[in-house]
Amino acid sequence: MEQILFYAFALLAIGSALLVINLKNTARALFLFFITLFAMAGLFLFALADFVAIVQVMVYVGGVLILMIFAFMLSNKELLTDLQSISSRFIAIPNWQSMLVTLGFLAVLIYSIVEWKDQTPDWIVNNINTNNIIAATDNNIEQLGIKFMTQYILPFEIISIFLLMALIGAAHLSRKEENR
Amino acid sequence: MISITHFLIVSACIFCCGLYAVLAKRNAIMILIGIELMINAAILNFVAFGRYDKSNYGGQIFALFAIVLAAAAVAVGLAIILAVYRHYKTINPDNITDLRD
Repeated sequence: MEQILFYAFALLAIGSALLVINLKNTARALFLFFITLFAMAGLFLFALADFVAIVQVMVYVGGVLILMIFAFMLSNKELLTDLQSISSRFIAIPNWQSMLVTLGFLAVLIYSIVEWKDQTPDWIVNNINTNNIIAATDNNIEQLGIKFMTQYILPFEIISIFLLMALIGAAHLSRKEENR
Repeated sequence: MISITHFLIVSACIFCCGLYAVLAKRNAIMILIGIELMINAAILNFVAFGRYDKSNYGGQIFALFAIVLAAAAVAVGLAIILAVYRHYKTINPDNITDLRD
């Protein structure tokens, strides 16, 4: 059952990602991107990362995509018509050079993953042998909170300052020209 | 229990979808979506490896950091796209070739 659900989520993620990159219409591609992100959140659950899955749904689907759709809809009419393609084709013709590069890179990645399977790193083998891996019954959120406030406190503070800087910068960049 | 190889192959496929979008698309918003897909594939790798690291929880913690970085990247990227559109009246990266005004 777990395997079937995993493959269903994986197929949903890969299929909708393929459709996102092949659609000509940007609005449709943006809404299909929702489905990719939800399927990725589902895949995170199979790696027993429930909090990361919820954060993915909240931040990406609730924040990033809404931001993209707002930017898409609030911008000028010319931007909208610029985004719509001239051709009325539903699916774009693949660009063969990029297709070649992408398929080559995919082949290299798959080959290296398959080769790597027999040479699992020592720390993974050790943790599996001592049964020190995350189990489905663990309380992940409590552990994550403790780790954030003790071991990873410096990256946590740095990233909060960074997020503040990025948001101020974004607000500054998107001001109207005449207010400058 | 799903083996780690399955996660890696799924994330390789998603990463290549993002790479294709970055290389082939003629519109900056779709390129941003491609970058998001690549970041999501990286997060899936983080999470898949983080499962075997119970003592540090490194994978999940840095997956959360990567999500925050992606959100910041989208906010700044969309602001830059809008500013570029206001200046050049196009968001096709092929037509944006000048560094100076």
